[in-house]
Amino acid sequence: MKIMLIDDSKTMRNIQKAVLKQLGHTEIEEACDGQDAMSKVGAFAPDLLLVDWNMPIMDGITFVRTFRKTNKTTPMIMVTTESEKARVIEAIKAGVNNYIVKPFTPDLLCQRINETMQKISSAT
Amino acid sequence: MDAIYIKAFVESISNVFTMMVQLPIEINAPTLRKETSPSFDVSGIIGLSGDIVGSCVLSFPKQTALKIVEKFCGQLYEPDDPDFADAIGELTNMVSGGAKGSIEGKNASISCPSVIIGEGHTVAIRQDTPCVVIPCSTDLGDFVIEIAIKEAAVNVAAA
Repeated sequence: MKIMLIDDSKTMRNIQKAVLKQLGHTEIEEACDGQDAMSKVGAFAPDLLLVDWNMPIMDGITFVRTFRKTNKTTPMIMVTTESEKARVIEAIKAGVNNYIVKPFTPDLLCQRINETMQKISSAT
Repeated sequence: MDAIYIKAFVESISNVFTMMVQLPIEINAPTLRKETSPSFDVSGIIGLSGDIVGSCVLSFPKQTALKIVEKFCGQLYEPDDPDFADAIGELTNMVSGGAKGSIEGKNASISCPSVIIGEGHTVAIRQDTPCVVIPCSTDLGDFVIEIAIKEAAVNVAAA
């Protein structure tokens, strides 16, 4: 499975990458903001995207809305410090499939990825 | 400053350091910062805007910051490595974001983090905003979190 990590913090991308590698996922592309992700997502064609919310240049919610204009199906999980219910609803309305609040445990990240991919596969 | 804000940051910093750094924190008695005073050697700064405005600063002595970043990232970074500042910024981001989310009834946004590295630097705050300093003790050294926030003035023209 090809996974794209979109987060302006290299530290956070490294943490997520380490968890994903433990799960056996090695095809990983990284982007440091929404604009960088838009420039890479077409060529990489990920099966799953993990998207931070607060990023410079293009934030995560703008990326999600922009990406969903042309791609309705590829699952996205928002991984963010934004924990308010209104933000979660805003992200779901924009098109994310699941939501993880930082800080998180590796187990929670695994769980959210698995449940997201299971929902997608059972829907197709 | 409303105690609810202090409680939110205390709970958030304990949560972040326990979960992401596996480093329990002992929270010591908060004090009011009366005047601009030098911070430690490494400071992560986040601004808040919206219903509450101000800033949150995590400030560390250099050696404490080095050890905490090493435990957080799983490898040692020197202060002049961009990944060192990135790690301090991400810790500050998670602490501020977690606190913001637990303050009910207030709609606020946080900025992207900035990090200052340098001995004896000063993080100046607005003079009209009270600043509470919360000392934190860990097995890797002590540091402080400085919270300078207040409720935004009501915009009468917009009301």
